Amino acid sequence: MNETFDLAPLTFNLPSYIMTDEIDFDAIIGKYRSDPFDYLDVRTAHTGQVRFRVKEDAEVEGVSGEWHHVRGTLLYELLREGNQKKIFSSTNGVVSFIRSDLEGKFVEAGEKILTIRHPLKKREIIENILRQVLEPFNAPERAKYFFSLDLQAKIDKHGQRGVSIKPGDEILTMSLMKRDTPVYYAGEPGIIHSVYFQPGISIPQGEPLLGICSQEKLPMIQRIITRVKAEWE
Amino acid sequence: MDDLRKRLLKTEERTNYLSQIKDGVEWGNLSGLREKFVTLRDRFYEYTEEQLSEEIGAFEESLSFLEGRCEETLTSMDRVRIVRNPHRFSLKDILENVYEDYTELGGAEEVSIDPSMVAARASIVRRVKNKSVMQQVMVIGHEKGHGEEYRNGGCSKPWGNEKALRYMKVAETEGIPIHFYIFTPGSFPVEDYPGAGQQIARNLYAMAKLRVPMISVTSEGGSGGAEAVGMADARLMFSHGYYSVISPEGAAAIEGKIREGEKMPKELVEACAERLHITAEENLKLGTIDRIVYEPALGAKRDDFGFFRQLKSEIIRATDEVVLKTKSLRAFRAYELTMKKREGQVVEEPHIEISWELNEDEVKRLLCYRSRKYRAMSCQAYSEEGSTCSAFCRKARRSMAKLYYSFRYDLLKSQQKQVKKVFQDVSGEGSVLLKQVSSPITAAYDFISRKPGVRPGKPPVPGSGGGEDPIEFGDIYTSPLANEDRTVTCPNAEKQGCKDLWVPDLYGEFGGVCENCGHHFPLEYQWYLKHLFDPDSIREFNGGVCAGNPLTYPGFEKKLQSAIAKTGRKSGIITFDARVMGVDLVVAMLYSDFRNGTVGAAEGEKFVRACESAKLKRRPLLSYVHTTGGIRIHEGTLGVVQMPKCTMAVREYIDSGGLYIVVYDNNSYAGPVASFLGCSPYQFAIRSSRVGFAGPRVIRDTTGEDIPPDYHNARNALQRGHIQGIWDRREFRRNLHKSLLTMGGGNLYYR
Repeated sequence: MNETFDLAPLTFNLPSYIMTDEIDFDAIIGKYRSDPFDYLDVRTAHTGQVRFRVKEDAEVEGVSGEWHHVRGTLLYELLREGNQKKIFSSTNGVVSFIRSDLEGKFVEAGEKILTIRHPLKKREIIENILRQVLEPFNAPERAKYFFSLDLQAKIDKHGQRGVSIKPGDEILTMSLMKRDTPVYYAGEPGIIHSVYFQPGISIPQGEPLLGICSQEKLPMIQRIITRVKAEWE
Repeated sequence: MDDLRKRLLKTEERTNYLSQIKDGVEWGNLSGLREKFVTLRDRFYEYTEEQLSEEIGAFEESLSFLEGRCEETLTSMDRVRIVRNPHRFSLKDILENVYEDYTELGGAEEVSIDPSMVAARASIVRRVKNKSVMQQVMVIGHEKGHGEEYRNGGCSKPWGNEKALRYMKVAETEGIPIHFYIFTPGSFPVEDYPGAGQQIARNLYAMAKLRVPMISVTSEGGSGGAEAVGMADARLMFSHGYYSVISPEGAAAIEGKIREGEKMPKELVEACAERLHITAEENLKLGTIDRIVYEPALGAKRDDFGFFRQLKSEIIRATDEVVLKTKSLRAFRAYELTMKKREGQVVEEPHIEISWELNEDEVKRLLCYRSRKYRAMSCQAYSEEGSTCSAFCRKARRSMAKLYYSFRYDLLKSQQKQVKKVFQDVSGEGSVLLKQVSSPITAAYDFISRKPGVRPGKPPVPGSGGGEDPIEFGDIYTSPLANEDRTVTCPNAEKQGCKDLWVPDLYGEFGGVCENCGHHFPLEYQWYLKHLFDPDSIREFNGGVCAGNPLTYPGFEKKLQSAIAKTGRKSGIITFDARVMGVDLVVAMLYSDFRNGTVGAAEGEKFVRACESAKLKRRPLLSYVHTTGGIRIHEGTLGVVQMPKCTMAVREYIDSGGLYIVVYDNNSYAGPVASFLGCSPYQFAIRSSRVGFAGPRVIRDTTGEDIPPDYHNARNALQRGHIQGIWDRREFRRNLHKSLLTMGGGNLYYR
């Protein structure tokens, strides 16, 4: 099967209220409360004749199973050169928009034909906010990572969020092909807010290892998380 | 009063047992009996002792009558339930009551590599006149009771079967007979090393030529799991046991096309159990077992000590018989005959001393008998076209061929080989001598004459012919699949970004392979016939051997006829002589169009004949598995015995110096993989094929765990060490040729 559809990652435009010191919690919560969904546009992967297999407001399931081997709901079929291609949903939600007028018609590639409204979970909302606010530190190579000895000692003593790092600090040890290479921090100074890796487990290149947060932003982030956690059922 | 209470409780036990055999359904006046029991129990103290004794006596009588009727009308499924009943005796009861003494090997109880498989060194005592004679044996078998929580229901894991094999070898070293007791619903179908199927294949391969007498007794014989410890010289079976190709529930799921999680209709399961011919009587008739060990009515339980006494004499007698067959002394022969006369009667163990040790000649005879025994199995279950005249011609042709090939290879070739060997040795010695003399001179010469910058390197490897013999796919033969004007999507398109493929290109020029990721789309077996072998080199033989319906399985005849009409062939295997780049070989090809390449008596027979032909002609043997779905369940245990039968043929072929190569394609599962295919030392797979023991559904049903979707694919099979390599379909011919040249049996003509 070719690309099912272009899924924009769950991104949000950074709302201005996060950047200011004044935080309008109600605005944040209100935004998600009024519209706790992500809208995923489904576009045709190539030209062909479209036949929808779902209707508007139909509930669709995403990929499931331990190995993501159970396919989602069949959304539509695309016929090109006698090849009936089935396209399945990659996420769960409800079909909020459908170009029913295209049923049985020939469409161009990249045509938006469906929108799936995906209900956001609490975890997704917090992750979305954090991804915008935290400075990511990505893995330079596919390797195993450990905190450097110094940093680990500090973390053990003061706790993860009690340690601040600045550019040039040796923060990690990259273990690759039985050789350990120190990794130095380059970026805004701050504290380590989130750790995305587990020691001794291989991380692909480019994956975020740490989420860094500047000292002054920290209380604000804490407040947002607490608020979301408390107010989101 | 205490006695009466005990008697009453015993009757309750018997009523419950009866009800369990009948699966809780109302049968006879079972409910009336139960009511009567409740009244007796509740009003126990209201009766006088005489009254109570009378009442209980009457109750026992009616119960015995009902039991008698039940025994007379036992259905196949009733027997399955008897076998699965927790009150049934198990291996440990046998070890304790039949054998004098025993020591469990390779772990004990739950502290064992696989508690469902028990191996024990045991001694068995027989009376000879007034003294006792103790004889040593190895006992190997499944245990499902005495610690049910860790016994896994007698489903031995691959490493349990490996343990069994290890102790078979110990018995072989020590020269003591092996007694196998089979209490398994089937093997635990996981591919973890050593792999369920592969281990069964290894066990069969070893048992084919194990140099000690082996006796097996089956209580619950579940297909492959049973065969892993069942290839014996004498195959006995308990009268209330069952021996089957598949569990009745499994057969019902296939027959009724029942989806996972759906409820199985009881009637269908009952019907399937009947159709599969799983009882001892039926198996005896089919010739898959040699004798029945009779149990008391409704099956023996853990405390039937009389039964264990009888089992002891039966097992001693069976071992004696196997041993005696190999002896050349006349007196023993005569004795054996008298035993034959008493067949079927309850006999005591022979009151004479018979040593179970065999000398070299006797071992040879034992192996010869075993070979003949399995060769003759299930020969009535297929039909063969042709008149007596053509049969005679075939026989004559075979004898002529035998004469010719033994003259050509045994006489001429061996002489030639010996002369060649002497020459080689002499020239080798000579060159060493010469080198010693000449080396200082050549070294000095080299030093003087070496040009700067030129280093002595390895001589170029002569071309292996890889570049020659180009094949244009689609020129020789065009797959009918290519005659469609449309495109298809590669299954890996999402991950690998493969473009849609135009069908005429894909099945023509590309040889059914995705240009981008190398995924192999399935192709019909004719494609391989045309592209793999030299043009016009295929000479098919035994095409007249026709698959049958030996169990008169309802509805199967029609399915068989439609398969014959569809393929124009008579069985699921094609055997032929062919040539690959000038190398002659014998090929056995299981293909999907005929009943999904399942193996029954006809297929087994053709395969064995192909082995014999390859052995006779001193040619390599290729098993190309286009697809096999396992053993054909409609032939019941006649299908199961193809596993030992064909493995025996393979073993004899390889032992005689042959080269046996197996190549898997598309889907290869179950029995054949766990026997005559899996025992090959050289197994390969075509890309995108799947090899394994049980399919995902069976694994889910048995183990309760799901498996990843790529569990059976060739890459994982390679990682597990099942296969030796993965071949691209387009390189099949060249790889095969290379393998034929690089690997080799000691007796092949082209060496």
